Amino acid sequence: MSFLNNVINGISLGSIYAIIALGYTMVYGIAKMLNFAHGDVIMVGAYVCFFAMGSFHLPPVAGVLLAMVVCTVLGIVIERLAYKPLRAAPSLAVLITAIGVSYLLQNSAQIFWGAATKTFQPIVEGSLVLVPGQLSISYVAILSVVCCIVVMAALTLFTGQTKMGKAMRACSEDKGAAQLMGIDVNATISMTFAIGSALATVAGVLMCSAYPVLSPTTGSMPGIRAFTAAVFGGIGSVPGALLGGILLGIIETFAKAYISTDLSDAVVFAVLIIVLLVRPAGLMGKYVPEKV
Amino acid sequence: MEKKLTGSTLNQRKLSRAALNGFINYGIVIAAYLLIQYLLSAGKVSNSLQSLLVPTCCYIVMAVSLNLTVGILGELSLGHAGFMSLGAFTGITVSILLQNAIPMTPVRLAVSMIAGAAAGALGGVIVGVPVLRLQGDYLAIVTLAFGQIIQNIIMVLYVGVDENGFHITAGSGRFDISADGTTIIKGPMGAVGVTKLASFTAGFVLILVTLLVVQNLVNSRSGRAIMALRDNRIAAESVGINVIKYKLMAFVTSAALAGAAGALFGLNYSSTVASKFSFNTSIQVLVFVVLGGLGSIRGSIIAAALLYVLPEQLRQFNIADYRMLVYAVVLILVMLVTNNAQLKALVGRVLPKRKGVAGNG
Amino acid sequence: MKKKNLAALLMAGVMCVSLLAACSPKEQSSQPPSQGGSDVVTIKVGGIGPITGDNAQYGTATQWGAEIAVEEINALNGPIKLDFKYEDDTGVADTAVAAYNSLKDWAKDAPLVIYGCTTTAPCVAVASETYADRYFQLTPSASSPDVTNGKDNVFQMCFTDPGQGNAAAEYLKSAGLGTKIGVIYNNGSSYSTGIADAFIAKAKEIGLEVVATSTYPEDTTTDYTVQLNACKDAGADLVFLPIYYTPASLILAQAKQMNYAPTFFGGDGMDGMLDMDGFDKSLAEGLLLMTPFNASGTDERTKTFVETYQAAHNILPNQFAADGYDCMYAIYEACCQIDGIADMDSAQLCDALSALFTGGDFSVDGLTGTGMKWLTTGEISKAPVVVKVENGGYVTQ
Repeated sequence: MSFLNNVINGISLGSIYAIIALGYTMVYGIAKMLNFAHGDVIMVGAYVCFFAMGSFHLPPVAGVLLAMVVCTVLGIVIERLAYKPLRAAPSLAVLITAIGVSYLLQNSAQIFWGAATKTFQPIVEGSLVLVPGQLSISYVAILSVVCCIVVMAALTLFTGQTKMGKAMRACSEDKGAAQLMGIDVNATISMTFAIGSALATVAGVLMCSAYPVLSPTTGSMPGIRAFTAAVFGGIGSVPGALLGGILLGIIETFAKAYISTDLSDAVVFAVLIIVLLVRPAGLMGKYVPEKV
Repeated sequence: MEKKLTGSTLNQRKLSRAALNGFINYGIVIAAYLLIQYLLSAGKVSNSLQSLLVPTCCYIVMAVSLNLTVGILGELSLGHAGFMSLGAFTGITVSILLQNAIPMTPVRLAVSMIAGAAAGALGGVIVGVPVLRLQGDYLAIVTLAFGQIIQNIIMVLYVGVDENGFHITAGSGRFDISADGTTIIKGPMGAVGVTKLASFTAGFVLILVTLLVVQNLVNSRSGRAIMALRDNRIAAESVGINVIKYKLMAFVTSAALAGAAGALFGLNYSSTVASKFSFNTSIQVLVFVVLGGLGSIRGSIIAAALLYVLPEQLRQFNIADYRMLVYAVVLILVMLVTNNAQLKALVGRVLPKRKGVAGNG
Repeated sequence: MKKKNLAALLMAGVMCVSLLAACSPKEQSSQPPSQGGSDVVTIKVGGIGPITGDNAQYGTATQWGAEIAVEEINALNGPIKLDFKYEDDTGVADTAVAAYNSLKDWAKDAPLVIYGCTTTAPCVAVASETYADRYFQLTPSASSPDVTNGKDNVFQMCFTDPGQGNAAAEYLKSAGLGTKIGVIYNNGSSYSTGIADAFIAKAKEIGLEVVATSTYPEDTTTDYTVQLNACKDAGADLVFLPIYYTPASLILAQAKQMNYAPTFFGGDGMDGMLDMDGFDKSLAEGLLLMTPFNASGTDERTKTFVETYQAAHNILPNQFAADGYDCMYAIYEACCQIDGIADMDSAQLCDALSALFTGGDFSVDGLTGTGMKWLTTGEISKAPVVVKVENGGYVTQ
């Protein structure tokens, strides 16, 4: 029974990692940058939702939508002001700028909203009892898994079927060639950031509903974990991010339950290293041989 | 540069310029050391700057050594602080073990730093051998993972010494040390009650040693092989350069230097905890390297010195809450300004054109 | 590459020069001109704690609590005035030492007392500096014995970690609570590990049965179901949580999710949970905790403090803020008792204050206790108070 419990917890944690990882992976696939500020967008999204629901008494759905709008705008603004001027710069310069943006968001959040931890009101409460007293699944966990699957399906459809989605894939293959074909690369990248930030908001709200604390540094650790998940599954691959996220959640929970809570971090990252040694491009990543 | 140069004279010129650049770096460091010593003796350095001297030296060494991996070898590393951590805790342990054996402080410090370097190098080999065949961001994530693993392990490590010998356990449960024994590392509490051995002069010497090692490596046959790997791995491989050997050489050297810097850092404070050497510290050093310019050793030195001191010096403007915010804004602006095409063109017009100095400044 | 370096260096150089130019200390001390009476002595109090980063909430609480006390004290028109400045250490030892040195620069030759640090690791590093430089140091919340160990100039306002762990075990024994006890603690925090280790040792000694111990690595951990399951599976009917309130609030919520309802028992780090913005107080119903401070206390001083604090910062003060407030009064009252303080430098003041604190006659009344005294070790002696959460407030047990 406790095994099943651990599986459920692992999947629910993993599906949140997966949604964050989807944002990472999309931005990486198209802009070829590690957006370390992604985790902090999660935090901003959660704060906006928190205040929308707490101070303005909006219903949860409206709160989440408002937060998504705010974060989408934020994502686009960050991209325009901080990343776009660096399109031609070396990728490390963009990485450092992303770190700067991450510090900026964290410290601004602290100034605006204070350092004190806030308790997030879950958007759905209660749990589905399977075996009374022994096995139950919280509705937040169910919602996370559903969201995760919906988001992934939507993204797959979007990148496969729509014009914008196809433009995105073209940009991730070859920006220069895409431009020659008449694709507006800048607009495509902005769009990617917009989608990534909206996803971050969803992840932030779900994460704070499952684990209801909120502080300016809330986003940084899940950010790193999700980045790990994205690499685990093969960065740039949408199904890879899903698989990586869920596996990471399960490994983390199992490591805590069956190996040692002391060393759970070490176990998670050791598994990651081993996977990368066996499959250097991640689980679902395509290994692209270098051309001479 | 109108005159056409043949391959060999160009090469010679490049070499002598590299050597000259190296000497300029030594000159800058020595001049800075002498200047600061003079100011110290004249009592003109504030307490706050004085306390920053040793850590600044450590961070300069960290930046130069990371530059070897990121700028010269061309592989992104996000776990450099992990090597620093290994060095710090090894250095502290060795310095306490040798407390009675070597009473002379500078000698004990030197031995501890060498032990720290050895620990860093060992860590470098352990990480490097299996993972250097990965590339790009995958290598980056493995170094990140390594940093987290080190932090996690040291967090649960208990190390002590008593009349029964040396004790080392994971977790406090089985750690049993006699009442007279000395506990060196206490898990999350880290190393407490460390005797401060570090001095500015030691930091200065460490920087000189680092420059000596890195500059000689870069300007040697091996260094050229390493840079060839960075510029085009396949081309380099095709002319018979052993990829793993040279990658490992750069990576392990870099880790060893970080270990030595860690030992010096650990011996500068009476308490050190594993969480100090987190992902954030790795990133901080990476920021120094990128701002100083990839591959530019002088840039790393100057950027590390300025940027480590900057947030501390922001204190006097009474902006308490906004201090780190200002730091973040400065970081973004510097990246934007230095990568601005128009500005670059402007600088290019003002300054006379020079060629062939990119890379090993 | 070269040009970019140059531009970067130029920019950095400009920044540096502007900083160095600003280095020449400006005379803009906030102390009011001593009005006529030459007998008013101003003591500089330099505070250190994290006001940015992961631990910012604790640092800001100790800062704000102290600021309220300083304002009150300076309005008393007594023989001593306090000039207060607070520096950020981001919860990291080397930054704390840098902050301490910048406070030394701020004070220059004026007598300086160090207030802090908020968290243990930075405090240990700063304490060995103040010990060598001879500054009196009083920490509101750094609770490890390592802070004061071997240093005659460093004192604590909070309980020590082992002291609290022992007190917790003894309380459980005497109250007859918990036949099977589970412990969940943060093995990445010296505070948490310190209490837990002492608690487990003491429990063994006095015959309490600890059936499960489980850890987590850092306070930013979000998922505690595994740890709770371990306690549940071992049949623990009381879970001891020597941790801060943020992770504890998650543990309470997750225990409820899984329908696990043992008695939860926490240390002083648990205080503040009820004031978390948006916290569902019913989760904490029945929670026991040891805290020296009760924000819903009815005495006049507590009420005024809570009102002022709320008006200024819009949240309820917790134990950190109250300890900070008491620290300022301890420093003030001690300074008032020292003869010839007007001619003292920092080192002389340090010796005089240390002698007074360990003398045995000096005691302070504050928000966190009455008649608080210090042992020669620097540890405080005040009675731990166990409270139970009932109807969203504390009820003293």
